[in-house]
Amino acid sequence: MILRRESSPLGRATSGFLLIAFVCLIFADIAISTGDPWHEFGLLLTGIVTPDFYQTDSLALAIAYTLAFALLGVAFANVIGFGLALIFHYRIVRVGCAFIRAIHELFWALIFLQMFGLSPLTGVLAITIPYAGIIAKVYAEILEEADQRPLSALPVGAGRASTFLFVRLPDAWAHFRTYSMYRLECGLRSSAVLGFIGLPTLGFHLETAFKEGLYSEVSALLILFYLIIATMRVWMKKPLLPVYLIGAAAILPWGVAFSWAHIGRFLTEDIIPYPIRAGGDNMMASLGDWVSMLMVDQIWPGTIATVQLTMIALVATGFLTMAFFPLISPLLLGRVARTGGHVFLVVVRSTPEYILAFVLLNLWGPSMLPAIVALSLHNAAIIGHLIGRFTETLQLRLDAVRGVNRYFYEVVPRIYRPMLALLFYRWEIIMRETAILGILGIATLGFYVDSAFADLRFDRALFLILITAMLNICVDAISRTIRNRLRLQTTLEER
Amino acid sequence: MKLRNLLFAAAVFAVPVIPMSDAVAADKFVFTAIPDQDESALRKRFDKVAKYLSSTLSMKVEYVPVKSYAAAVTAFRNNQVQLAWFGGLSGVRARGLVKGSTAIAQGKADPNFETYFIANAGTGLTTSKEFPKQIAGKTFTFGSKGSTSGRLMPEYHIRKYFKKTPQEVFSRVGFSGNHSRTVALVQSGAYEVGATNFKVWKKGIKNGTIDPKKVRVIWKTPGYPDYNWSIRGDVDKTYGAGFIKKVQSALLSMKDPDLLSSFPREAFIPADNSDYAPIKDTAKELGLID
Repeated sequence: MILRRESSPLGRATSGFLLIAFVCLIFADIAISTGDPWHEFGLLLTGIVTPDFYQTDSLALAIAYTLAFALLGVAFANVIGFGLALIFHYRIVRVGCAFIRAIHELFWALIFLQMFGLSPLTGVLAITIPYAGIIAKVYAEILEEADQRPLSALPVGAGRASTFLFVRLPDAWAHFRTYSMYRLECGLRSSAVLGFIGLPTLGFHLETAFKEGLYSEVSALLILFYLIIATMRVWMKKPLLPVYLIGAAAILPWGVAFSWAHIGRFLTEDIIPYPIRAGGDNMMASLGDWVSMLMVDQIWPGTIATVQLTMIALVATGFLTMAFFPLISPLLLGRVARTGGHVFLVVVRSTPEYILAFVLLNLWGPSMLPAIVALSLHNAAIIGHLIGRFTETLQLRLDAVRGVNRYFYEVVPRIYRPMLALLFYRWEIIMRETAILGILGIATLGFYVDSAFADLRFDRALFLILITAMLNICVDAISRTIRNRLRLQTTLEER
Repeated sequence: MKLRNLLFAAAVFAVPVIPMSDAVAADKFVFTAIPDQDESALRKRFDKVAKYLSSTLSMKVEYVPVKSYAAAVTAFRNNQVQLAWFGGLSGVRARGLVKGSTAIAQGKADPNFETYFIANAGTGLTTSKEFPKQIAGKTFTFGSKGSTSGRLMPEYHIRKYFKKTPQEVFSRVGFSGNHSRTVALVQSGAYEVGATNFKVWKKGIKNGTIDPKKVRVIWKTPGYPDYNWSIRGDVDKTYGAGFIKKVQSALLSMKDPDLLSSFPREAFIPADNSDYAPIKDTAKELGLID
């Protein structure tokens, strides 16, 4: 007799997402279109093993700027985010934070470039604003989930300020510190990537070197970047923080002309839809045409590509995570192999997905394939690392099976829930990244945003960015609903 | 502790953020150039031009590198640069945004500039006098999205011939970013066909960076006006009357072949805004400007 089991909600969710991704994959363009991809790959490998540190003009300055933008951006974001976390129970604050973090830092930078030009303010604000939105949310959650026991031990009549300062804050503070270190790492990645659109950070030279096929220079720049991130815990010491911040503020060239007129012009003219600016008798009709043209030609195809890429990348991330976490799991591998696994995961997750996609695009040509691989590698390295660490806390029976059977019957069932939780948590992040990969030529919404900026049509750019943000907010909401339904939880360390 | 440090630091660098005036220092003149080729050599190419202008105008002249055509236009618009070496389209856009700005010089080749359609040897396409209709269905790369010779003019001819958008004509359409990269991508076979600036092509053939066995020219467009030096109208006020004329004559008297090879042009000749009317019309027709 065959026993029919009730399908579990977890199983249904999994098969649902597999099905959606499969359908998306059928319609996706994943061709390798370069004539001889391995030739270029050979050149890249040769370059990687022969790094040349002396090719880049003003390399030291690029490193200094990368650090300065990241430090100042993250510091400001911490202050603002902390403030916002305290008033996060207001709906308007929650919605506002969701909105500012739904827009990728590269888009923020493109907007600020119009207002402030190539000034330090552009780089710092591009990091500060979206990061403040993210930090506010995470800090609010930390405060909410903090240990409640000290609260119940309070004497009657304790003031609100002192309750906060002496009871709630001390418990959350350690979490804040850990999290801001992680944010600084993200900030360094973002800062480097801002160079791709013209700020003088490592990415400025990295993009040029990639474009011109100067792979030895690429290798040198990437090595320096990994070194900065890998040694962060050594140089980032609390007493030194003020020194770093003052240093960062001091080296940036603030002397660039700052003009209220440019800001005013951007806000009151540039971003007003063209038909309204042009005026005329049938303004409303031409505005309607303008919107429907954007809808049909750009928003619709861009949204489809964005969703398609997101769903495929999400599921691919899941599969890759299952392959990555054993690399650092003591349940499955020995010490030596695990060290190799750690190095591999650190390198893959430190490489911004934007750069990963850029490399793969050069090798394979412009289809969705490079984007899918880049997004899933990067995200799987992050989730794989967290899950691998999680398996360190698992206790198996002494006589538990070994090898492949241990992986499938002992480990996977135990990690599946937390893995899904993390995967859904990163869903929104993956979508934000897909939009930005459009700048590299993959026809997501970001492609049309980039085209609008290239045409100096800021009205269109802003409209498209707003649509992109809406899409992100929707995915965030769906992801939260699913996580609640399936009772999937992420712990503080995993955000 | 950290919060206090942060607040302290915030107080420290709130000082330099205090809005500075919009006025440009009258002792420094800044220019930029669209990053149309060899991006890793931009500084090498234009720092010597800055040096030349500096000594000719007897004042401090600086070159600022930018990452995109749009960034060059924005810098010009925001008066971060007062002079720029633009393409036809970026020049039209920039002058449209800055009242009183004018084109003052162009390369000798620019009134009659050409785009070359190039193809990977593997396609079997060969040079022809007629528009190469066999390119339909192939993969195709433009240069930068904002380029005249790499985007505007090739797209114009493609639409004119096929009566369809490039996306409908080709199996795949890309934007390489700049002209030397377009050549490299078609040469490597990453794209089968591409459109590039004829000056960049000729320079590559001369330098040996292009392998004629792997990539060849299949069609040359009719001539059109392209690159130009454009200057902001308010510089006469900032740097003294007659400044525009001074800059123009400095550009026109640039004779050193080493300097001219940065562009690459044989010499500079006068230009004015009306020279670029055909580019403006074409861009409007293609819907690239409102």
